[in-house]
Amino acid sequence: MESVVKRLGVWALVLLAAIAAIALTPDSGFAIHMGIVALVAVILIAVTATSYDPMAKAQGIFKMPPGPSRYDDDVIRWGVIATMFWGLAGLLAGVFIAAQLAFPQLNFEPYLNFGRVRPLHTSAVIFAFGGNALLATSFYVVQRTCRTTLAFPGMARFVFWGYQLFIVLAATGYLLGISQGKEYAEPEWYVDLWLTVVWLCYLAVFVGTLLRRHEPHIYVANWFYLAFIVTIAMLHVVNNLAMPVSLLGGKSYSAFAGVQDALTQWWYGHNAVGFFLTAGFLAMMYYFVPKQAGRPVYSYRLSIIHFWSLIFLYIWAGPHHLHYTALPDWAQTLGMVFSVMLWMPSWGGMINGLMTLNGAWDKVRTDPIIRMMVLALAFYGMSTFEGPMLSIKAVNSLSHYTDWTIGHVHSGALGWNGMITFACVYYLVPRLWQKERLYSLRMINWHFWLATLGIVFYASSMWVAGITQGLMWREYGSDGYLVNSFVDTVAALHPMYILRAVGGLMYLSGAIIMAYNIWMTIAGKQRVEAPMGDTAHDDAADRPIVAEPAE
Amino acid sequence: MSKNAQHSDVFEGHKKLEKNVTLLAAATLLVVAIGGIVEIAPLFWIDNTIEKVEGMRPYTPLEQAGRDIYIREGCYTCHSQMIRPFRDEVERYGHYSLAAESMYDHPFQWGSKRTGPDLARVGGKYSDDWHVQHLKAPRSVVPESIMPNYSFLAEAELHVADPAANLTALRRVGVPYSDTAIAQASSDLMAQANPDADAGDLATRYPKAQVRDFDGDPGRVTEMDALVAYLQMLGTLVDVNSAAAQEVLTKSSQGGEQGR
Repeated sequence: MESVVKRLGVWALVLLAAIAAIALTPDSGFAIHMGIVALVAVILIAVTATSYDPMAKAQGIFKMPPGPSRYDDDVIRWGVIATMFWGLAGLLAGVFIAAQLAFPQLNFEPYLNFGRVRPLHTSAVIFAFGGNALLATSFYVVQRTCRTTLAFPGMARFVFWGYQLFIVLAATGYLLGISQGKEYAEPEWYVDLWLTVVWLCYLAVFVGTLLRRHEPHIYVANWFYLAFIVTIAMLHVVNNLAMPVSLLGGKSYSAFAGVQDALTQWWYGHNAVGFFLTAGFLAMMYYFVPKQAGRPVYSYRLSIIHFWSLIFLYIWAGPHHLHYTALPDWAQTLGMVFSVMLWMPSWGGMINGLMTLNGAWDKVRTDPIIRMMVLALAFYGMSTFEGPMLSIKAVNSLSHYTDWTIGHVHSGALGWNGMITFACVYYLVPRLWQKERLYSLRMINWHFWLATLGIVFYASSMWVAGITQGLMWREYGSDGYLVNSFVDTVAALHPMYILRAVGGLMYLSGAIIMAYNIWMTIAGKQRVEAPMGDTAHDDAADRPIVAEPAE
Repeated sequence: MSKNAQHSDVFEGHKKLEKNVTLLAAATLLVVAIGGIVEIAPLFWIDNTIEKVEGMRPYTPLEQAGRDIYIREGCYTCHSQMIRPFRDEVERYGHYSLAAESMYDHPFQWGSKRTGPDLARVGGKYSDDWHVQHLKAPRSVVPESIMPNYSFLAEAELHVADPAANLTALRRVGVPYSDTAIAQASSDLMAQANPDADAGDLATRYPKAQVRDFDGDPGRVTEMDALVAYLQMLGTLVDVNSAAAQEVLTKSSQGGEQGR
């Protein structure tokens, strides 16, 4: 009872602070954000005061298996559902802005103009979809590989819900026009502070669980998760250093200016790719690929070499986003050299993943989850080759500022991050909800082919668009004048933008099929379908030839 | 054989890290910190990172308000403000961008994608009328354009909660606004876009500041005024040719390459 009163008091204080902020701020976007915070506080007061059991309720909503789990899996189940939800939202936003570039009439000012929805798309897929996948899988993997339960269960729940609040504040902020104007770091100072608190709790839960382990060694997947959590904390704090205009307003100004701000931003931006979308997802690869294949990781030594070289080299690669800009040449050259070197540890990870399938390659034919993992690793290999190539200054002079970069990012994000996440979710759902199997394996097959074709459409149309535009910009006629005006190059891309939107739509369709499959699995249904990989059997033909007597 | 033994020593040593979370986390943090320290930190103290050029000054309150709108609307998602030293870019957009030209930009807006053209030197290239019409309905002036409409900017009164607080925050992160600039921030903000108001010594305190009604609606100061004022000053402050001349001198004395 006492704890209920204490909690009520805390939520009431939060509510009062939020109301005070709404009343005092002259900034309507900030007021709406504080409104969201106040709403959360009201819900929590209601939940606490009516002393209704939120855990039991949540178990009903999320159809959780009754009784205590052996491991602490509640947060992971929520995380899997959140991954699916934000994944669909982020992909939908992506298809929408892709359509806007082909058909500008789809911009609805001011809230749904491209410039506001684009950060919504990038943050939704990277931080909401990817972030929830990382939260859920890291809590799953760290418990299994340490043979222990989560260190601070209450804090783990706070991390999950606190992270969702961060996502909601960030996403609504973009539409309302609250932005710092730094790519992939658009949320304003107060949302950044909130994320810092959540992130430190995440680190505490993760490290605390590692400390409780009953295994002498820390498994390789956990090295990658740890590097991801530690490095993202460092990048987030440094890149978001800013001076708020007022404690009662959303606006702040970056602590750095011009060239220093640019390199800090791309040190952050490139390593959001390197640690959020690579190290964290390699951790998923290191646990789920061997599990699904039923084979041990190919090489322990390779994993040590590629772990340390990957995390060391990635940090240096940021300047390749600033080739031929006002950044000093020495920094550009360093960035290029390290980006090229980065190719090797990246492929070390791909080789370690693919070779894990030695002795289980036949499963690529029969197991659609393994097939997805293999495709994810193939795309990882492809985009980590393309990346170093694009970082070479001569290539970058053509590709920079064009859609080639967009194509590159998406072959990595859709091919590698998306596919490995889908595979892990397919692996996790039957286990977390204690179902015998997924609703349908054949639907995974549909998902696989829709997604793969979608990526092919996406990446190839963006290659053509990027190279076309790059060449058109620098085209000179025999008279020595530029041949194309800027808008000629925009008009030339129209068909490619349509093809790209089609590719995105296919990828989204695959994800919708997946959501249905997951939904039905959690509901406990099993689709009646022919098993995958069954060989055809014709009973009528299965007989000896008997000579028929002639009439 | 000895080589093998040496190898296994390294991997034996790694087992220490694998058994100790603190060591593993500390080693990781150390390894990931190096790159940033070596690349970023020197930019703050190597003198020739930012050229010494004539003409750079902090933004006027109105220009800064326009810049804040530029950031709010996510213009950087489609427009760069960084001209590279290539023949085609210099002919298309003007002299390549200098580091000094964004020295007061918190945050920088160099951008990463040109769905639309570079804006680093767009100031003075088009008339105010063109900008207003183009922002309200881009396809009415450029039929092939895929830019969203921003007609709401012309309707929205410019509302800056506390212009002096904005300038104070910028001063705290290193922009050299004087006490006078901060004290007069509110009146400067309105006076720059209002032909009837007395701009006072605005133009002396902010050299090359353009004082006029920008949005074709002299009756009030709108967000359109602020954004157009910002666009019309982009790239106009520095006499790039003299700066380039200086740069050629320093570059040739260091034997560095000049952009193509």
